[in-house]
Amino acid sequence: MNSSYAVPAVALVVVATVLVGAFGLRISRTTSDFYVASRTVGPRLNAAAISGEYLSAASFLGIAGLVLVQGPDMLWYPVGYTAGYLVLLLFVAAPLRRSGAYTLPDFAEARLASQAVRRLAGAFVVGVGWLYLLPQLQGAGLTLTVLTGAPDWLGGVIVAVVVTAIVAAGGMRSITFVQAFQYWLKLTALLVPALFLILAWQSDGAPRHAFDEPAAFREQRVVRVDDSIDLTLDRPLPVTVTGTVDGRTHTDTRLELPAGTHHIERGTRLTFAEGATVPHAERSGGGNLSTSQAESREERPLYATYGLILATFLGTMGLPHVVVRFYTSPHGVAARRTTVAVLGLIGAFYLLPPVYGALGRLYAPELTLTGDPDAAVLLLPDRMIGGVGGDLLGALVAGGAFAAFLSTASGLTMAVAGVLTQDVLPSRGVRHFRLGTVLAMAVPLAASVLVGGLPVADAVGLAFAVSASSFCPLLVLGIWWRRLTPPGAAAGMLVGGGSALLAVAATMAGYPGQGAALHALLAWPALWSVPLGFLTMVLVSLATPGRVPPGTAGVLARFHLPEELRTEVTT
Amino acid sequence: MPQDHTERRVVVTGPPRQTRRASGYYRPRTEIDEQTTLGHTYVRSLMRTQLRAALTVFAVLGLLVGPLPLLFAAMPDARRLEWAVLGFGLYVPLVLLARWYVRRAERNERDFVRLVEDR
Repeated sequence: MNSSYAVPAVALVVVATVLVGAFGLRISRTTSDFYVASRTVGPRLNAAAISGEYLSAASFLGIAGLVLVQGPDMLWYPVGYTAGYLVLLLFVAAPLRRSGAYTLPDFAEARLASQAVRRLAGAFVVGVGWLYLLPQLQGAGLTLTVLTGAPDWLGGVIVAVVVTAIVAAGGMRSITFVQAFQYWLKLTALLVPALFLILAWQSDGAPRHAFDEPAAFREQRVVRVDDSIDLTLDRPLPVTVTGTVDGRTHTDTRLELPAGTHHIERGTRLTFAEGATVPHAERSGGGNLSTSQAESREERPLYATYGLILATFLGTMGLPHVVVRFYTSPHGVAARRTTVAVLGLIGAFYLLPPVYGALGRLYAPELTLTGDPDAAVLLLPDRMIGGVGGDLLGALVAGGAFAAFLSTASGLTMAVAGVLTQDVLPSRGVRHFRLGTVLAMAVPLAASVLVGGLPVADAVGLAFAVSASSFCPLLVLGIWWRRLTPPGAAAGMLVGGGSALLAVAATMAGYPGQGAALHALLAWPALWSVPLGFLTMVLVSLATPGRVPPGTAGVLARFHLPEELRTEVTT
Repeated sequence: MPQDHTERRVVVTGPPRQTRRASGYYRPRTEIDEQTTLGHTYVRSLMRTQLRAALTVFAVLGLLVGPLPLLFAAMPDARRLEWAVLGFGLYVPLVLLARWYVRRAERNERDFVRLVEDR
């Protein structure tokens, strides 16, 4: 891919982000400015900021890649990401704003008056935040590698440095402007190329077989396999091979691979005939956004789909960078209206990734074999339009992708740094917030450079599942149930969130092997870990009735009473 | 973050309310403010209405989305339907559900304010 336009585009996004951030810096003065932009952010600006923050690498690149590889079942991801906001609106939005807390640990402390629960919630915020930061940094690395051939870690380092600088310098106020700006940038960066791509598709005779299963090659295509893969074939596949297949070396040999699994060594060139179906590839330890231990199509039972739905629907409300933005609304009613606007904005955005996924199945089906299906969004303009126009559109997409990494990473850093500053670092104040910011970014950066390939879909799925089984019970029961006790909340978070964490960690470590019924159960823990978290929280709370905090009635009144009634309650 | 700071912010950023303050206190309002048993009953009734609204919309969401994976599994040939529904069809109903809920929740709050302010 021609990088002569893409690199300036990425640089432009980075510079614009810094400039918009600096504009906010002039206003950011007090501590309250730092954390919640002094609670003066109107619904429209705040909604664009929330959406900008939420649409991450997984949304911008990952969904199209997943759809390209695994078909329309993967469209449950964007649906779940959006519906998560509806669930958040129903049960959490207005009371959370009225709770008057800055962060999730603040909420836990305000509701339960317990330092222990506060610290536990803080630990989960930091854990989920770091888990979610990792894929952003890796996505940045992948994008820069695809664009320029730069080493893997460089993109991550760039994002980390820019985000740390912005957050440490300006705090939440400048982040609000940056995020709002980046929502519109991301929408433009996907929308404009998508329109041109659809025109190109139209002039190509509007082929429709992208929607059929399985994907097929439209023309004879040579595929170079960069990493060793296992191909799984449902039916025999004719292919011309130069390289090593199943341990035997061939040179330009025409083979009829029988149905079953075949091992292709790296460096092998496969030539597929026109109309050949695209085989399904299994990679060992791939390092990109879409290949995933949890996602193999053959064993994707209904159970996994429901697990995904539950995790994304209920997990959104507990993501630390999502929750912290609700404190910036001026009051509860505005928080609700903001959420509706967010639903509209991210819903509009999510109309686009399926377009890229479908076109990718038509025009770049070999990406499933070469190992970078996430690059589909970046490569399609060049592949379908070509020339200067394709390069320019590709540059626009690349800039948008970087905006995605920057905005989500800055929101997460903000949330994690807030917790670190308040609960971990000894003294308080703005200077320590800056220290917390550096720390918040340093750990995932080190992890992404050292560990390398943690599949992004897994990391994101893990973050959602852990959040759905720990924070969702805490928030929902904390807001609606007056008999919740500190021991109950702590036990529920530990049992629910902890078991989800262990289950997905076990899956990523490769236990148990593919094919076991237990595998799906562990790879998609939400279906049992969320009820487990709720049940533990309720039962332990009922078992410790003496520990209901004395101020509970007043606190719940504050959560639920409209602002115009509540002055006398709180003072 | 010192706690008193949080409290102070809440008061400062509240909506203007001088006009009604002058008109004096009415009984339900005082009950809530002084956190009497009757006051708690008022708050409970508001919570129950709001929770009912939320659960209604949540149930509609469940009925809308819940059967879809089963439907797609039962019709493996209807790939285009799956593309259309999941890719493009669900977002508008989600936004409409959200707007419906917000309207209901705000109406519940207005009714409650009217009740306790005795207007």
